[in-house]
Amino acid sequence: MSKVLKGVGLLALIAIVIAFPQVYTNPAVTNYGVFALIYVTAASGWNIFSGNTGYISLGQAVFYGSGAYAMGIAARDWNITGTTVFALLPLSMAVGALIAVPFGLAALRVRRHTFIVITIAFFFIFQLMAFNFSFTGGSSGLGSPFLNWPAATYNIPFYYIALAFAAGTVAIAWLVRRSRFGLQLRAIRDDEDRARGLGVRAMRVKLSAFVISGAITAGIGAVWFYYINQVEPQTGFDPLFDLTLVLMAFLGGYGSISGAVLGALIIEPLTLWLNTQPAFSGGSLSEILLGGIFLIVVLFLPRGIIPTGGELITRFRTRGRAAIAPATAMGSNPRTAPAPSSIGGGASGGAQ
Amino acid sequence: MTALLRTEGLMKAYGGVQALNDATIAVEQGTVAGLIGPNGSGKTTLFNVITGYERPDAGEVWFGDRAITNLAPDKVFAAGIGRTFQLTRIFARLTVLENMLVAAQAKDRPRNLLSWFGRDAWTHHRRHAMELLEFVGIERHADLLAGSLSYGQRKLLELAYVLVADPAVILLDEPAGGVNPTLINHITDRIRQLNAEQGTTFLLVEHNMEFVMGLCSTITVLESGKDVVSGPPDIVRTDKRVLDAYLGADLEEDPR
Repeated sequence: MSKVLKGVGLLALIAIVIAFPQVYTNPAVTNYGVFALIYVTAASGWNIFSGNTGYISLGQAVFYGSGAYAMGIAARDWNITGTTVFALLPLSMAVGALIAVPFGLAALRVRRHTFIVITIAFFFIFQLMAFNFSFTGGSSGLGSPFLNWPAATYNIPFYYIALAFAAGTVAIAWLVRRSRFGLQLRAIRDDEDRARGLGVRAMRVKLSAFVISGAITAGIGAVWFYYINQVEPQTGFDPLFDLTLVLMAFLGGYGSISGAVLGALIIEPLTLWLNTQPAFSGGSLSEILLGGIFLIVVLFLPRGIIPTGGELITRFRTRGRAAIAPATAMGSNPRTAPAPSSIGGGASGGAQ
Repeated sequence: MTALLRTEGLMKAYGGVQALNDATIAVEQGTVAGLIGPNGSGKTTLFNVITGYERPDAGEVWFGDRAITNLAPDKVFAAGIGRTFQLTRIFARLTVLENMLVAAQAKDRPRNLLSWFGRDAWTHHRRHAMELLEFVGIERHADLLAGSLSYGQRKLLELAYVLVADPAVILLDEPAGGVNPTLINHITDRIRQLNAEQGTTFLLVEHNMEFVMGLCSTITVLESGKDVVSGPPDIVRTDKRVLDAYLGADLEEDPR
């Protein structure tokens, strides 16, 4: 795709998301927008760490809940009310980052399945703490300060705050992707020991990504808390939150920036809509459906929509031409090997 | 001559298996040294201990006059020791050029967090990386995913990205293993050229005797984790202990 076309598409997208709550003013509709953007942020935040490093974190709810609780506790104890509460967002992000340091130092010592199990363990530790400490309000959780905004337009400021978070997170993800930092993360994903042998300080690099991801998730967790006005241990530290993020990323395209965004934009509105349908009373049926989607993705679309779609487009555009000559088919002497007929296309198609 | 890289009395056991048993080797500066020995004699373990992938139970590793025992792999690399792996290890889902840049950026440490996000310094790294890819002969594949390279090309890529950081010593684990004779000659030429023109020191593990004998000026023989003999190829080739190690000792003469 040409750069101009991409630029125009991006501008159009920005215009649409900015205009959305002005066009569809119905709070029931803008609510979809707010939640979709919250999950775009969380899934992209997950992707910055897990998508780049290949370490699948199922402990993002630790940050989400901690960010929510940090804002709730600070507002309660310092008697902060009204729009001033939004000034606590940086605090929530700092709390997320601070928690990510010991969490990461412990969990990032191990890899693959063991890492996943440890993130789940951390998740349950935090949920139990929220249940049992008195400053977290125990099982009844915390309420947020009251915002005396009219119900008709209540969602709109939240929409724009969530949009700012989503845009910021995607921008950070893009910066990480094109940077030396991102290259080191992806080298760790492919072969961590080899990367260390080439001078990559693996722990420091992984931990940095984890902290960035934790801060973002905590920030959006705080936005979520103020939006829905309350947090309980089982909603702030929700195991489904983690599974949903993973599903979003895998559906859209694991490791791809636009994939995480697309996955969130598909899954979250779908879940919300299903929960409002009387046929799916209580929402448990929608969870079964999400499980079904997960199975379908893993079985038929293992690399996600964006990479698979990119491949199809490449195949469509290069049809009739010779296939990209794989390096393996070139004989073993590289000096006499023929030049590949077309470099790039399929090989780089799945990257973004 | 001074030993640029040496180990003293390295011990390493895996459970009941003594992989290294008082392994003492020395690699002189500016030479191409060989390390041979039967399968399971501890060659790769020795490499792993030198480069920080394994901790020795006892013994020391010296790089010049600096003790590098137990240093982490990234620090060993930063100190100036690069290595390749027996079964080549490349970053399959990065392009060939990106593979090169992983090592390139490790060399100039970012000054602050923000410079991690910059790509200002990449231009000259890219040029250097392309030169090295040209040097090993795979520059036309720079934009392909490294995972699509053939085994021989992966070996060349691995050699090239170790060269990026311009290490003083390069440890090669079976550089000629599993590749065809033409490519072996190509690799031999590159090693000779680096050694002659830049004075790079090499230590290589190899089973291909022709390759080792033709390339190395000193050869150390490892058997059961212990260095049994060390010297020029002609001496090593005819040493009785080496023949015993490779062909098996005569039962009557060997009390074990």
